[in-house]
Amino acid sequence: MLVIIVPGGVMTEKSIQVNVEKIREILDKNNGARIRTWLSICSRCGLCAESCLFYLANDRNPRFAPAYKVQRTLGTIYKKKGKVTPEFLMECYDIAWGECTTCKRCSLFCPFGIDIASMISLVRTICYSQGLVPEGLARTLPNYEKFGNQMAVSKEDLIETCEWMVEEAADYVKGVTIPLDVAGARYMYTINPREVMFYPQDLGMAAQIFTVAGESWTIPTSGWDSTNLAMFAGANELAGTVADRMYKKALELGVEAILITECGHAMRSAGYEGPYLAGYRNGRPPVPVVHSVQLFYEYLRDGKIQIDPAKRIDAPVTYQDPCNVSRNAGLWEQGREILKFVCNDFRDMSPNRHYNHCCGGGGGFIPMGGPFRKRRLRAGRVKAEQIRKTGAKIVVTPCHNCYDQLNDLNKEYDLGVRIVSLKELLVETMIVPDHLRPDSAGDERQEG
Amino acid sequence: MNWDYAYDFLLSRGTWISFGIFILGLIVRCIYLYGVSLERDRIVYNHVKWSWAIRSILFWLIPLGSRSWRQQPLFSIAVFVFHVTFIFVPLFLSAHNVLWESAWGVSLWSMNDKLADTLTIAFMVSALVLLWRRIAKPEVRFLSTWWDYVLLILCALPFVTGFLAYHQIGPYKPTMVVHLLSAEILLIVIPFSKLAHMVLYFFTRAFMGFEMGGRRNTPCW
Repeated sequence: MLVIIVPGGVMTEKSIQVNVEKIREILDKNNGARIRTWLSICSRCGLCAESCLFYLANDRNPRFAPAYKVQRTLGTIYKKKGKVTPEFLMECYDIAWGECTTCKRCSLFCPFGIDIASMISLVRTICYSQGLVPEGLARTLPNYEKFGNQMAVSKEDLIETCEWMVEEAADYVKGVTIPLDVAGARYMYTINPREVMFYPQDLGMAAQIFTVAGESWTIPTSGWDSTNLAMFAGANELAGTVADRMYKKALELGVEAILITECGHAMRSAGYEGPYLAGYRNGRPPVPVVHSVQLFYEYLRDGKIQIDPAKRIDAPVTYQDPCNVSRNAGLWEQGREILKFVCNDFRDMSPNRHYNHCCGGGGGFIPMGGPFRKRRLRAGRVKAEQIRKTGAKIVVTPCHNCYDQLNDLNKEYDLGVRIVSLKELLVETMIVPDHLRPDSAGDERQEG
Repeated sequence: MNWDYAYDFLLSRGTWISFGIFILGLIVRCIYLYGVSLERDRIVYNHVKWSWAIRSILFWLIPLGSRSWRQQPLFSIAVFVFHVTFIFVPLFLSAHNVLWESAWGVSLWSMNDKLADTLTIAFMVSALVLLWRRIAKPEVRFLSTWWDYVLLILCALPFVTGFLAYHQIGPYKPTMVVHLLSAEILLIVIPFSKLAHMVLYFFTRAFMGFEMGGRRNTPCW
């Protein structure tokens, strides 16, 4: 197994030097009433095991029971007061990133409500302090520092991509724009850099939807990346900076709210973890945070966007609840409401809503890349079986990580489905009002 | 071995010592945790919403009240019976109330012996279910430590010995000594072990109510 030290270089058991002082400092800082209570009252009833996708996907091997994972890692580190061996740290690394996506499902199945995901996140923080971070995550950290986004996109690249997408989107919606740095807009739309780098059409589709809905929105040229892989890397200080950059920009522009693109963990960062990481004592973001799924639902509910009855989808559709949008942000009905407008044959997975299973790509798993790929696809078995059972041909999900993972699962488990984001779905089915129809393009709409 | 002496000691000073440690221990632990939480767990106080906390507590107290319980109905019911009888029987047993009455001149309502007997049997059955589950289910067996078994047996001992003594099975005095001794050890152990969940449960569940419900509108049961 390759492990890297931040900012570079390969690490093995032999090259790890355990800094006990540093570990103790972290242990002490976090040794609050919650962790003390959680670690001491776990009754080892095993109810958490069945809730965990890793346990289920790995043939119910008890080693994957959340209670074990946390006792084996954080429980042991506390017991040993931070005096751990390099081999042990490697094991913690392996469990914290390779066997848990911090989806928080087990907390809903624990009689005491023990928050295992938070404790696994702390294990990540401890590993990070010792230079142990999956390479795929570590690679993004300097980018966050230097460029303010995980993929080292420059301001020029962002602006150029936006301009390019405006040109393309103009074929479908007249007068479409992507307003940059507009002070006083209603929403500051924050995105995932992969949209700029690999899926620029996402920006174009967003522009079309916002234009049709008559929205007042803007993309800022700094603080626009709402992802926060530093949060998943255990790099808490940087994670706080990343979240705060976005808050500060929103305050500077004086917007009503930060709008999050179809990304799960961005919502978790901006709305929930970010304020704490960035040191806001009240634990609340200084500017309200809204996820796309909420806004899109409101557009349909309020008639700001109307669906063309002729374009409603007949194929069976299912909805993948991203953990960080549904369970961890309380937004599970909005997606389903949207689908009521758009499709004729909706089939829910089971379990669903806040009880959904993680797709197996969360918690940083997707960007962790190659070394973790096998385990990620294995963990996704639960989701693949859920999808297959619905018989759906289209899986809709408002999360980039889910999107990537589902596409991989589609191939790996031969599901024969199409993975679609809400933006794609809306752009394919919405009515473009007459006054916004391009003069030459007529009725031709883009196809998936 | 002088059983009479042991019996008298456990009944008089033993009761005071064990109840003292039990109550003080729990109070000190809670105050300590409260102090620590003010400094290191601001999150607990930032998102307080009582309606969520109360539901978070209640739904897990009701048998089959949470989705997790419903996935393992036998366990859920056994846990419910175990806890209810564990609290109910010792508090409202007429023999115990006679003791409270003679010691402090106050007593609680007491149930008739037939009911007490039935509830004790129910307790023992539920304890057996918990023990069987711990051994039979691979994931629970894997997680369990020797301490988990010790605590379960310790919880059951006062009931088993009380049952035997009431029915005059076996030597009375030694049985009663074990009855008192196990009950008092149990009381002493509660504040310092996972059994402190008899109080801490309400705090952890309230927090989960705030954290998932108060903050995210997500039910946690």
